[in-house]
Amino acid sequence: MGFFLETLIGGLMAGMLYSLVALGFVLIFKASGVFNFAQGAMVLFAALAMARFSAWIPQWLGIDSRFLANTVAFLLAGALMFVVAWLIERLVLRHLVNQEGATLLMATLGIAYVLEGVGTSVFGSDIYKIDVGMPKEPVMILEGAFEGGLLINKEDFVAALIAGVLVGLLALFFQKTSTGRALRAVADDHQAAQSIGIPLNRIWVIVWCVAGVVALVAGVIWGSKLGVQFSLATVALRGLPVVILGGLTSIPGAIIGGLIIGVGEKLSEVYLGPMIGGGIEIWFAYQLALVFLLFRPQGLFGEKIIDRV
Amino acid sequence: MLYRENGQFKTSYAADQQIFPIAQDRWAIVGILVFAFIGVPLLVDEYLFRAILIPFLILSLAALGVNILVGFCGQITLGAGAFMAVGAYAAYNFHIRVDGIPLLVSFLLGGLTSAAVGIFFGIPSLRVRGLYLAVATLAAQFFTDWVFLRVPWFTDNASSGSVSVSNLQVLAWQIDAPVDKYLFCLAFLVVFALLAKNMTRSAIGRQWMAIRDMDVAAEVIGIRPLFAKLSAFAVSSFFVGTAGALWGFIHLASWEPAAFSVDRSFQLLFMVIIGGLGSIMGSFFGAAFIVILPIALNQFLPALGGLFGVTISTAGISHAELIIFGALIIFFLIKEPHGIARLWSTGKEKLRLWPFPH
Repeated sequence: MGFFLETLIGGLMAGMLYSLVALGFVLIFKASGVFNFAQGAMVLFAALAMARFSAWIPQWLGIDSRFLANTVAFLLAGALMFVVAWLIERLVLRHLVNQEGATLLMATLGIAYVLEGVGTSVFGSDIYKIDVGMPKEPVMILEGAFEGGLLINKEDFVAALIAGVLVGLLALFFQKTSTGRALRAVADDHQAAQSIGIPLNRIWVIVWCVAGVVALVAGVIWGSKLGVQFSLATVALRGLPVVILGGLTSIPGAIIGGLIIGVGEKLSEVYLGPMIGGGIEIWFAYQLALVFLLFRPQGLFGEKIIDRV
Repeated sequence: MLYRENGQFKTSYAADQQIFPIAQDRWAIVGILVFAFIGVPLLVDEYLFRAILIPFLILSLAALGVNILVGFCGQITLGAGAFMAVGAYAAYNFHIRVDGIPLLVSFLLGGLTSAAVGIFFGIPSLRVRGLYLAVATLAAQFFTDWVFLRVPWFTDNASSGSVSVSNLQVLAWQIDAPVDKYLFCLAFLVVFALLAKNMTRSAIGRQWMAIRDMDVAAEVIGIRPLFAKLSAFAVSSFFVGTAGALWGFIHLASWEPAAFSVDRSFQLLFMVIIGGLGSIMGSFFGAAFIVILPIALNQFLPALGGLFGVTISTAGISHAELIIFGALIIFFLIKEPHGIARLWSTGKEKLRLWPFPH
């Protein structure tokens, strides 16, 4: 029982991280109808920027405090993601309005290549560490309730907490601010939003920028767990089943989808893995999502697709 | 002046419905075929065969298959690499496990196995569509990656995980020189391209296109979506699987699952979209573009650096390649979203009016 719960909690925490990546997809898809394959590259780019800035800044500015250096690096990386978002809107999206989904998807793959290339040539292609002072040691909880208690990784816990706070902030931003309302209006109907005077182009920049910040947070968390390296770009592929499971247009869907996928992956790896050979995590998530899709083709919380002939 | 159909009168339905209704097109295609079968082997050196021509032929075949599914039937797939892998490994298993099986038969059986797997992974397309389907096809990709890596039976218990073939021959024809490989792939491609062209011109192709343009409307006029979608998946996977077998046996000769990773799937989708969705010709253009571009960049960048007196490191070149490749793809998508095939057909239209356009 204790072991099962441990796996379950581990899965939930991994799931929070998947949700974070999935959130980036959902934000952009909602507002611009673009399925953003570059999200993984954005995570990599942001994490690389953060890692390098936090190493460079103490030298440039002579700051000793690690906290201060990290904060400045985070802000700088955030500013960089804003520039990236602006460039993407300016150079790519603006010219591809009203194209088919497949074309836009390919364009974001192109963006992903450019981002990976620029990121690795500016920031270098070694493995870097991000040290934001996350606690590394595991802790025991509920020792009274079970024999042996539950062993939980503190780092995962903090990461899940950060992800949760970010999601809460995003929800507030979307529901309570006027910019958030504009974003939702654009998501609902481009033309109607434009006709009441919402500037589409600016909204797209904002959305890509928000997605960039989400990518930055995801990059920092993943990066401090695994180190910043090229394989971080494949995180996007782990986030995809989450998005289609939760529904491409739903923020709560991304969270709940992430939790389901995280738990499903961990449980399958632990209980099913030994039977059919290890390493099944990566495709199991997709099969799980596929099974869900067969019953709800638009994902758990996606908008129902109504066709008119 | 030269390219127009004045005076070419059709006197029968057959003449009206032939693949190339304009005589100049027919001559051109015959000329190209003669050149490809006779001229190229005489002119081209070994490097060009290995690095460009053979990959181009095989990937064109795969792109044809992907184009049938994505361009003609409208079902976006990101799992083409998986079907290449299935074709390659199935052909390999037939090749080593069945005594005395002819090479061609094992290739076609590999293609058929891939078609069966394609039908299986095509089933979600009956419920799910668009981008959801695209992601769902990734399930096929990751599943096959895992299967061929982890299940030793498929790789004949090879300890390194990679499989290899040697001593290939068809009838009495030994295929090991690059020129033989080239001719073998070319023959495959010609037959399959003709097959694809005719399929897309016939009833089944029109069903696919109806489903692509609007599946609900197609169903209303009596097209069975089940049959149309699954047949597109089957035919497409057959093409892609055969291409996979060729890629493994002829081009690589020794391969592991990484040869058919998700990057390959993206590459094939790039070819189809840059070449032109729903165009047979476009598949060739796209394949040529994607095969030649990295090689050209690789040759061109150091030369360019040398011109300005800068030596670019190898890592720098690979990064620059990535950036330029991505940027060019975006550029093409913005400038010609309908692909190179559209440029080709506008060019032909212009040529018909030349030198007196109205």
